[in-house]
Amino acid sequence: MGRYILFRAAASVPVLLGITIIVFFILSMIPGDPATAILGSYATPENVARLNAQLGLDRPLVQRYFIWLGNLLHGDLGRSFSLNRPVIDEILERFNATVILSGLAFLICSVFGVAAGVISAIRQYGVLDKLITLTVLIGISVPSFFLGMMMILYFAVSLRWFPVSGMYALYGGGDLPDLISHLVMPATALAVVATGVVARMSRSAMLEVLRLDFIRTARAKGVRESRVVLRHALRHAIVSILPILGLQAGFVLSGAVYIEIVFQWPGIGRMLVDAILTRDIMLVQGGVLFVAACYVLFNIVVDVAQIWLDPRLGR
Amino acid sequence: MMPLARRIVRNRLAAFGAGLLLTVTCLCLATPFLGLVDPNIINTADRFTMPFDEGYILGADHLGRDILSRLLWGTRLSLAVGLTAALIAALAGSLIGIAAGFFGGRVDALLMRSVDVLMAFPYILLALAIVAVLGPGLMNALIAVAVVNVPFFARNVRGMTLVIARSDFIAAARLSGRGNLSLLLFEVLPNLWAVIIVAFSTTVGWMILETAGLSFLGLGSQPPQSDLGSMLGEARAALITNPHTSLIPGLMIFVIVMGINLLGDGMRDALDPRLSKGGLQRSRPVTEIDRSKPPAPSRQPGLHLSGLCTEFRVGSSPLLAVRNVTLGLAPGECLAIVGESGSGKSVTALSVMGLVASPPAVITAGTVSYGGRDLLAQTYDVLRGLRGHRIAYIFQDPLNSLHPMLTVGEQLTEAMQSHEAGLSSDRLRERATKLLEDVRIANPAHVLASYPHMLSGGMRQRISIAMALANDPDVIIADEPTTALDVTVQAQVLKILDRLRREKGVGLVFISHDLNVVAQISDRIAVMYAGQIVENGPSRDVLDDPAHPYTRALLACSPQIGMAAGLPKPIGGSLPPADNLPAGCTFAARCSLASKACRALPVDLVISDEREVRCIKWEPAHG
Repeated sequence: MGRYILFRAAASVPVLLGITIIVFFILSMIPGDPATAILGSYATPENVARLNAQLGLDRPLVQRYFIWLGNLLHGDLGRSFSLNRPVIDEILERFNATVILSGLAFLICSVFGVAAGVISAIRQYGVLDKLITLTVLIGISVPSFFLGMMMILYFAVSLRWFPVSGMYALYGGGDLPDLISHLVMPATALAVVATGVVARMSRSAMLEVLRLDFIRTARAKGVRESRVVLRHALRHAIVSILPILGLQAGFVLSGAVYIEIVFQWPGIGRMLVDAILTRDIMLVQGGVLFVAACYVLFNIVVDVAQIWLDPRLGR
Repeated sequence: MMPLARRIVRNRLAAFGAGLLLTVTCLCLATPFLGLVDPNIINTADRFTMPFDEGYILGADHLGRDILSRLLWGTRLSLAVGLTAALIAALAGSLIGIAAGFFGGRVDALLMRSVDVLMAFPYILLALAIVAVLGPGLMNALIAVAVVNVPFFARNVRGMTLVIARSDFIAAARLSGRGNLSLLLFEVLPNLWAVIIVAFSTTVGWMILETAGLSFLGLGSQPPQSDLGSMLGEARAALITNPHTSLIPGLMIFVIVMGINLLGDGMRDALDPRLSKGGLQRSRPVTEIDRSKPPAPSRQPGLHLSGLCTEFRVGSSPLLAVRNVTLGLAPGECLAIVGESGSGKSVTALSVMGLVASPPAVITAGTVSYGGRDLLAQTYDVLRGLRGHRIAYIFQDPLNSLHPMLTVGEQLTEAMQSHEAGLSSDRLRERATKLLEDVRIANPAHVLASYPHMLSGGMRQRISIAMALANDPDVIIADEPTTALDVTVQAQVLKILDRLRREKGVGLVFISHDLNVVAQISDRIAVMYAGQIVENGPSRDVLDDPAHPYTRALLACSPQIGMAAGLPKPIGGSLPPADNLPAGCTFAARCSLASKACRALPVDLVISDEREVRCIKWEPAHG
């Protein structure tokens, strides 16, 4: 097991390197001269040259990549032009908010998605199955940003159950209940699509497993049907549901960009959009890299969980 | 393509989706001819006019622009951009996938590693990075969304290309000297359409949603040009005061994406038969029973089947798997059911405890009597209480019939716990160890902690036997328990079964296609053919003096050591189709003795003393 984790971690090093290459080179393809962009109307040739030297932009691209990579390994992602602070500080601060939001959304989609899929499968073609299938269909078709807006209108404005936006109340908030009341709507809106996808996949995974021979053996032993479903079938189906959950983590992180905008959530997604609009390239670079790396690491965890659950793989 | 279209229309949801899309598309195509006001004319006096007010069908937005006109023009733009992005992604992804799959080797490695790296990004991040480089704008959003979806196509297409490129017909075409280009165009590409269409239908909805999303963020279409996403984005500022300006474009996106998803699901069902109905059906905990006036249960001890009929309801005519089977098993007796695959012997055995997968199986007639009760009339709870407790099963393939992710110990103790509550873990362990010792497993402690895949086939089958014995049942039904094993292991397993039967007095139903195996263990032999019993009698009689031509043929085709009669003779022909059985004797088509009379009428089972034979040529020896 320990060896597998090491192996899996080592195998993801090339992927991480690939990510740094893509992020660096894509963002260095930006037309125009960053120094000119930063200096704006002060872009005299002397100033541009000085800033370029200061930023190391006068060196060849490949050399700049390795310098950048070296800094990266020291946790230095450069400095944000627009915020005038180190990128890594800003990211870490924002990342907290994104992890809280996406984490809850991921939890919702895993628990409710799998539960809905299991119920749907054991009630195949029944009323409950049809109801779930229909809900799932609507869920995966509605744009999360639109859903978020409608939730604000109904649950925050009409019913006044939750605050309209933000992460904490401006005055007097800051405790856990305050956070939760701010978190419920965005996390739900973010989770809806992923929950639908997980429910669909879990349903078909369960249906497939319920046809296998060992299910018949369990029934022939006289095992209670509830136990057949939960212990025998689900235990087996989870292994094929796990990679789907890994993929959903990516969808949740992606959807967080919209949800953070709609709900004014101070996370990385909103930071990235703002950074693109203000052309703060260092911030975009750092943010994209950081989130992509987290996603890769998360998928290692998913793979390890799969090995741990299925004794036939590895060990 | 015609049958595909018909299948989609038959699926009501898919047809509904197609209808939605068709309506939206027609509206889009007709937009320039509808005489709508210019979508960009600003009329501040009419800001936030409500729908159906003063000449505005859908109202006006925050600048007093006509929402209906903006909606239709915006939908046109969104659809055009989304579809274009999807086409670009499909084209680029397919090219990469084909190249990787067809040429393999280094090309494949290089392309697929790059694709892997692209897939390692949560996809919107990549799109954001691309937009960051190219700058906000609809065209750039289109490119970003297309690029992000390339890996999905590349992967799917590569997988299928690989399958095709390795297939025999490509090898044959290569040998005939055809070039790569001709192979690609005329052999590979035609087989890829289904994959590409399925991938397209799964992603096009996403791509429309994603371009709308980028516009919503202000990174896509820039004013005055506007698509659905930017309409929604602009309306958001007035969400609370004037929700209709947000609601209208949002609902339109929803309708389009739902239409695409519905149609896409229908297309996938039609193109991928494995996922269509019937292919993936949950089996119920008990076989469905649909019978009228069953005979009263027998009061004799043991297990008795009378007039049992089981059919599979698939397609238009049901497959009659078991037809009017009557069998009896006295306590402690060993009854063998013999026949070739498809003869209905396993279905007969599984019907006893309602274990035939249903749907599609239905038990349509007969009774199964045990202890004076009709098992087919029992509730699920009663039946469950008997399963594995009084009547236990051993299945053919011990690798697939044991749970791969539970230890042997967990599976053994579960068999006990299902029928006896409150056993301590020590007691469970002790009993499980004893069970393993009973089936001659040398190191029970180690085996209990093992998973099935770690053990040998013979070991696994002993565990299945131990599991069947867990509750000291009266009857064990063993469905080809030795078929998957090699000959030496077969002999060991047979020996264990025979010993346990004699020591514990268990009634054994032993199902096999091999008369040699059966000869070693059974007291009686029932031979099945095409769902019916064709011969039934004491083992010695059946083996020494087979009465039915099919039994004789079976004996002739099983090799025996020391038999001088030469090579085994296979039976010519095959079983009649279960949904189209002949009127007369079902074996007539393969029988050397068959005459006109055999084919005319159904043949009844002739009973004489201890023997039953279903053949008009049979003359019971009297006296």
